[in-house]
Amino acid sequence: MKILSSIIIYLIIFISYSTSYAGEVNFHGFVQGNLSSRITGEKTPDPVEGGDFISGGEKIRGEVTGGSGESDFALKVDMAHDAISNTDEIDIREGYIDYRSTDYDLRIGRQIITWGIGDLLFINDIYPKNYSALFSGQPMEYLKTGSDAVKISTYSDVISAELVIIPFFEPNTLPDPKRFSLYMPMTITGIEEPRNEIDNTETALRIYRQIHGFDTSLYVYKGFYKTPGMRPASSTTAVLFYPKLAVYGFSVQGNFADGVLGLEGGYYDSLDDRNGSDLSTPNSTTKYILGYSRQFWTDFTAGIQFYGEYMHEYSNYEASLPAGFPKTDKLHQLITLRLTQMLKYNTLRLSLFSFYSPDDEDYFIIPEMRYNISDSLWTEVGFNLFGGKDSRTFFGQFDKNDNLFTTLRYEF
Amino acid sequence: MKRILTFIFLFLSIFIISPVVVHAENAGEIIKKSQEAFFYPGKDMQAKVKMSLISKTGQQRLRELTMLRKNGSGGDQKYFMYFHNPNDVRGTSFLVYKYQGKDDDRWLFIPSINLVNRIAARDSRSSFVGSDFTYEDISGRDIEADTYKYIKEDAIQGKPCHVIESTPKSQTEYTKKVSWIDKVTYIPLKEEYYDIQGSLYKTFTADKVETVNGLPAVTKRTMENIKSGHRTEVVFENISYNVGLNDDVFSERFLRKPPEKWIK
Repeated sequence: MKILSSIIIYLIIFISYSTSYAGEVNFHGFVQGNLSSRITGEKTPDPVEGGDFISGGEKIRGEVTGGSGESDFALKVDMAHDAISNTDEIDIREGYIDYRSTDYDLRIGRQIITWGIGDLLFINDIYPKNYSALFSGQPMEYLKTGSDAVKISTYSDVISAELVIIPFFEPNTLPDPKRFSLYMPMTITGIEEPRNEIDNTETALRIYRQIHGFDTSLYVYKGFYKTPGMRPASSTTAVLFYPKLAVYGFSVQGNFADGVLGLEGGYYDSLDDRNGSDLSTPNSTTKYILGYSRQFWTDFTAGIQFYGEYMHEYSNYEASLPAGFPKTDKLHQLITLRLTQMLKYNTLRLSLFSFYSPDDEDYFIIPEMRYNISDSLWTEVGFNLFGGKDSRTFFGQFDKNDNLFTTLRYEF
Repeated sequence: MKRILTFIFLFLSIFIISPVVVHAENAGEIIKKSQEAFFYPGKDMQAKVKMSLISKTGQQRLRELTMLRKNGSGGDQKYFMYFHNPNDVRGTSFLVYKYQGKDDDRWLFIPSINLVNRIAARDSRSSFVGSDFTYEDISGRDIEADTYKYIKEDAIQGKPCHVIESTPKSQTEYTKKVSWIDKVTYIPLKEEYYDIQGSLYKTFTADKVETVNGLPAVTKRTMENIKSGHRTEVVFENISYNVGLNDDVFSERFLRKPPEKWIK
């Protein structure tokens, strides 16, 4: 019903715009098939969706854009068939109206926003993500999900800013235990999302400018964690909820030592648990990413990132932890490596992305090959390989979900 | 008599040798003028660029983009490119701040996730959007990166040319480039690239040179890889110079949302 009403609203917007504006209207999109299969033989308990296939189905994207002069619109709709659950879904990826003046821009509607300098690591990008899509080898754009938001951007020679107001909470999409074999210490009996109230409206601000050739941004956010906390309801059951969060951060990126160097940092202020004694709510943390990428030879690029999360009030966290529970280190670190080689006139791309955590001793590796068969048709084949010493760490719990994925897409 | 003969001999040798000597001194100067004519005409430029990437078997891929350029001071330039085609890169924009004597700043906007990504730009010999042209072939090579030698005078399609050999100072995928530069317009009409074995492997030709806003403009050009048989034909349509581009156009704001007026 929610989907239906959204479609009607967007159709009205679309029709009113396309008739009242003389500007041109463009139609594009794609048809896509995607399949991801577990290669470990592991099954989940779900009788329908627990087999080898993690994702599979077809998707048709319709994109309508148009307008003229100072205002225009875009509508991007996915119609998808999930062959595993045998269900159909309509998803409005984006649907927004832009208004542009000399000094400011306004974008209203469902939109994807990406902030920060991280490569598959996010600190000041507090916008919703779909980790299920990432872990099952969907095309990379599906890692990001739209926010129903108002974005006001202002520009000047001295400083520019973006203010984002999100009235409707949208959480991260996490791997579904029906499809993925996961570490689940408790049975989830309910999910409490922040109610759609004025007080729960999320706000995010980015101010930016170039300083000595470096792209420099400052960020402030007030809203909620997008990944839920877990509150015990009984000794074996728990309820998921989204604690309040404020983030204060920065990023700097520019040319350095024949490559691109970036540094991003952020303080995650856990507003509901500032003294860190509530185990169900994350403690406040300081996060950083130090990244460097460089072209080493023609059409070959390598990038490395050092990521860290330093937990504050660690002793209170330790004190609140029941015996036998896996303990997070005070400083949790990740190292990522991305290697990309373009071949055959950029029609063939070989890439490798890997996460490794020295404290959790777990990893996630994505070797991938993409080939552009023609200007309209491309295919992608790759693996998601997980593992670790302990089956309770973030990547370690996915150990038995190694999968082979493939996508074929025709764009028009 | 002997004295007179010596004098005549000396005079003749100066007469014969001097043009070469003079040209040898000026080879770098000619390249500089050629770069100015080819990569810097006008204060700014707007053009629709259509690239056909053609394989040995005749399979074609098309790249269609709008290119905006603005010259700065001291040889610095700003480039903005917006891709109309193919479909998988439609809406992608590319912004380059080109500097003399240091690495470019390059940003890529990926519309599907609304991401502005800063990209490493060290190797200017990488292929430009999968074509036979490199980044350098699009925006110019650092003049200090090569040594130059005047070879001879020649003519291409009846147009008198300076023929200049460029040798890279540091290791590059070509060891020698020979350029035929129009004596009047200073446009390179033909370039030959030689590999480490000394054999010709790539040629550039300016297939059509027109006068736009009083300035010479290469409206059709081809880069052909002789060894692989792959070639790229580029047509510049609707070129305009001195259109009055502001620095604002070359900013993050317009990278994310290019001004319709300029990218049509």
